[in-house]
Amino acid sequence: MAAAFIELDRVEKVFDVRKKTGFLKRERRQVRAVDSISFTVARGEMVGYIGPNGAGKSTTIKMLTGILTPSGGRLRVAGIDPSRERTRLAHRIGVVFGQRTTLWWDLPLIDSYRLMHRMYRIPDGRYRENLDRLVELLDLSALLDVPVRQLSLGQRMRGDIAAALLHDPDVLYLDEPTIGLDVVSKGRVREFLRELNAERGTTVLLTTHDLQDIEQLCSRVMVIDHGRLVYDGALTGLHEAGESERTLVVDLERELPPIEAGPAARVVRVDGPRQWLAFPASESAAPLVARIAAAYPLVDLSVREPDIEAVIAKMYAERAEQADRAGKAAS
Amino acid sequence: MGEKSRAREGLRAYRLIAGMWIRSTMAYRLSFAMTAFGGVVVTGLDFVAILLMFSQVDVLGGYTLPEIAFLYGLSATSFGFADLAIGSAGRLGARVRDGTLDTLLVRPAPVLAQVAADRFALRRIGRITQGALVLGGALVALDVDWTPVKVLLVPVMLVCGGVIFSAVFVAGAAFQFVAQDASEVQAAFTYGGQTLLQYPPTVFGKELVRGVTFMFPLAFVNWVPAAYVLGRPYPLGLPEWAAFAPPLVAVACCASAGLAWRAGLRSYRSTGS
Repeated sequence: MAAAFIELDRVEKVFDVRKKTGFLKRERRQVRAVDSISFTVARGEMVGYIGPNGAGKSTTIKMLTGILTPSGGRLRVAGIDPSRERTRLAHRIGVVFGQRTTLWWDLPLIDSYRLMHRMYRIPDGRYRENLDRLVELLDLSALLDVPVRQLSLGQRMRGDIAAALLHDPDVLYLDEPTIGLDVVSKGRVREFLRELNAERGTTVLLTTHDLQDIEQLCSRVMVIDHGRLVYDGALTGLHEAGESERTLVVDLERELPPIEAGPAARVVRVDGPRQWLAFPASESAAPLVARIAAAYPLVDLSVREPDIEAVIAKMYAERAEQADRAGKAAS
Repeated sequence: MGEKSRAREGLRAYRLIAGMWIRSTMAYRLSFAMTAFGGVVVTGLDFVAILLMFSQVDVLGGYTLPEIAFLYGLSATSFGFADLAIGSAGRLGARVRDGTLDTLLVRPAPVLAQVAADRFALRRIGRITQGALVLGGALVALDVDWTPVKVLLVPVMLVCGGVIFSAVFVAGAAFQFVAQDASEVQAAFTYGGQTLLQYPPTVFGKELVRGVTFMFPLAFVNWVPAAYVLGRPYPLGLPEWAAFAPPLVAVACCASAGLAWRAGLRSYRSTGS
């Protein structure tokens, strides 16, 4: 087991929100954006950090990068307290903000890299080596002399990722790295991240709304909601935690009343000869298929894997319901 | 990291970023030439207004045209230096609002240096040029008994004035961490203060002069030391040595602006945006 590289111990972030209630009157209210979160990430892990808007994802990333100071708890990245030693930490981390480029808009792409070279004081040899490698892996050679404003969104994202890695950071934070990209660009970015993680052992922490990012990249996923960590574990476990269901789509010879296939499966939809049956994701489909095939005139069938999005949506909904009930009980 | 090495790091980052902005501006050469020219014309008109006034009167608040040109030149030149060096910090509020300040906070360089160099604009040299021309004219036209001390005081005023205005810019930027739409308020103090100093203190009310002397010490940019050079009575009956206070005032302004900046940055990092 590798040593913990990122450590959070009951980290909190409380914001004072002032709401305008009159011409000069302000109502002060405290908002717990991050509420006692603890986790550790080992060197070389690749972790997905997901949650709905306003759940506290960005706040966590901002604390990890030293932009924000936690209101409570203990936080270390590579042994450094981010908010106290922001500039020292900067040399160890790379950050990509999906929606804000750090590249120089009116200058050729290479100029942004030259600035990184000097600002981070990267030794010449290492800079050259890293630049060559990144240009090749991210397919940037034709773009180096193009002003950034002329790059497409996907090209710019690749350019931004390269800029964040020139100084060999130990950890890379990506905030929505595939937002707005087309399928091809997304694939390219994901493939690159996978290689980076596998070959250089760079620890990667990414927030995303695109669950395919998580499915294709992360062995571990953390779900945050209302500032609390509601799930931390393997992606497969998320299905169980969310009690997700698979769907069996059955095409019969003709229209028939809903199939009766035992207690574990239920018909959720009927459309002419086609019927949809839901059954727990943790169970095998084989016995169910056998039962139906024995009793009904079957033409064709297929199994649909649960949509992780649906799983997470269900998880959020359940938590909201719980909170609602708790709230009612308290009042 | 010690203060000294922080300052060195800051200057280095400032140079790097300002260099990038100069090259960015040069991507649009024609636009650069036009805005630079426009800047000189607009600031030039500023002084034309004063000339027009003097076509009707001989003295303004007891000051003659060369004397007012002297005040104007000192104020415009020192303000021009501050505006060129650090004026961009006045746009901090916009960066806080749209969240791009965060991208500066993950860089291994002091934030103040990065903010000051942000959108570094060489065209602001226009204001310095114009101010220097007026000052040069005034120095030629002035009927003053130049002593070595008076001669030495002119460059000291320019340097200290630049530093005092810079401190005002930094303090204004610090305020924008708290009030993100306060760039107008800042402009009232920087650009407004600069315009105020172009006229002699004798034309303003006592309360205003008092405020600009003791609370918000812009009077030390030119009014007080210039009164010594011109042999005029000091505003508010200040003692004679006050003319030599600008270096002290500049240091004090820097110290308070530095504290304000730190407090502002700390509050940003503990509240977010």
